[in-house]
Amino acid sequence: MNPVLAAQDLGKRYGRRWALRHCGLEIPAGHVVGLVGPNGAGKTTLLKLAGGQLAPTAGTISVLGGTPGAGPGQLARVGFVAQDTPVYAGLTVAEHLRLGAGLNPAWDAGLAHDRTARLGLDPKQRAGRLSGGQRAQLALTLGLAKRPDLLILDEPVAALDPLARREFLQGLMEAVAEHELSVLLSSHLVSDLERTCDYLVVLIDSRVRVAGETDRLLACHHRLTGPRRDHLPPEHHVVSAQHTERQSTFVIRTEAPIHDPAWTVTPLTLEDLVLAYMAEPVPARERVTLEVRR
Amino acid sequence: MIRFHLDGRSGVSPYLQLKQQVRHALRLGLLREGDQLPTVKDVVAQLAINPNTVLKAYRELEHDGLVAARPGLGTFVTRTLTGTAFAAQAPLRRELQRWMTKARQAGLDDESIEALFMTTFRADAQEDIA
Repeated sequence: MNPVLAAQDLGKRYGRRWALRHCGLEIPAGHVVGLVGPNGAGKTTLLKLAGGQLAPTAGTISVLGGTPGAGPGQLARVGFVAQDTPVYAGLTVAEHLRLGAGLNPAWDAGLAHDRTARLGLDPKQRAGRLSGGQRAQLALTLGLAKRPDLLILDEPVAALDPLARREFLQGLMEAVAEHELSVLLSSHLVSDLERTCDYLVVLIDSRVRVAGETDRLLACHHRLTGPRRDHLPPEHHVVSAQHTERQSTFVIRTEAPIHDPAWTVTPLTLEDLVLAYMAEPVPARERVTLEVRR
Repeated sequence: MIRFHLDGRSGVSPYLQLKQQVRHALRLGLLREGDQLPTVKDVVAQLAINPNTVLKAYRELEHDGLVAARPGLGTFVTRTLTGTAFAAQAPLRRELQRWMTKARQAGLDDESIEALFMTTFRADAQEDIA
């Protein structure tokens, strides 16, 4: 099966600033992929390159085996829900569904109607008068009823309150269980991704720092605490290191077992893991802290 | 039928948490042979988690010979975890209680006892892996 997204040395430059650089990725199909990183890391740029709204400055990208945005066939296979889940404020819910039906050859009218009915969306209601959560659900409904093989969502839940966020993610996960589509979604909140994503891409400062299946990433990253030490064996790749006079704390990536009894080894949460990569020495300018909400 | 929950702060990956909860329920007799596990879609809808997480947990439980998937029907418990291990629990617990008494007599407080137990437990578990 084709990878859902493959990129080689992909880059996008705006004027003199690289929004994304030297991006290499190969994401297998059938995953819910979380794209995480601080604001301004290049998440939206990568998603727009995948959706075909932007053309790369350097390198290549293929999505589901095709070139993003190349022809109606490719466009029909990829759904895109842009940031802030936009809908047309002046159109009613029913008009949105009619519009979707007219624009998408594989439109699943049954799915669209079932979903809006289950969500309690009044077909005659104008989208501008819906709550933020309802608008997001309407945008998700349009994205799903298109029946894409890949659905891309840019910060879909950032503007939602915790309940609406949970309901949105529940709807998305149910759709994944039912229709077996791949999903690529971005968030600057790791807690949103912890349950929903089984593949993680960490993008920091316009580069991919780490990517892989969530379970594998969690299994091969460890926190070591123990007496002060400045060097670790080479098979332990150091992600972050902090020292006091007598104690050292490392976050390491390794496939090898840790035999040294001097270390207390503790597992990392996904949030710890992402934060460890963000704490890696990068140019001090415009380092934005990851927002953490629970 | 059991209901799953997830602890976001435990550092244990969600699929392992689901597995542990099923094994725990089997050990306590909350799940018995023939009982059905919640469907993947129900778990996904309830916890807002990735369906692959649930599938992976169920697949591994199946591999362990504890459950079996019946296509179109769901996943069912095929074996319990009570029995011999369950019978051994009472004497082990008594031994552990005697050990605890000894530890207290030696002057260890609760934290020291817990730390000693956990480090020994981890070292032992690591030897098993290595």
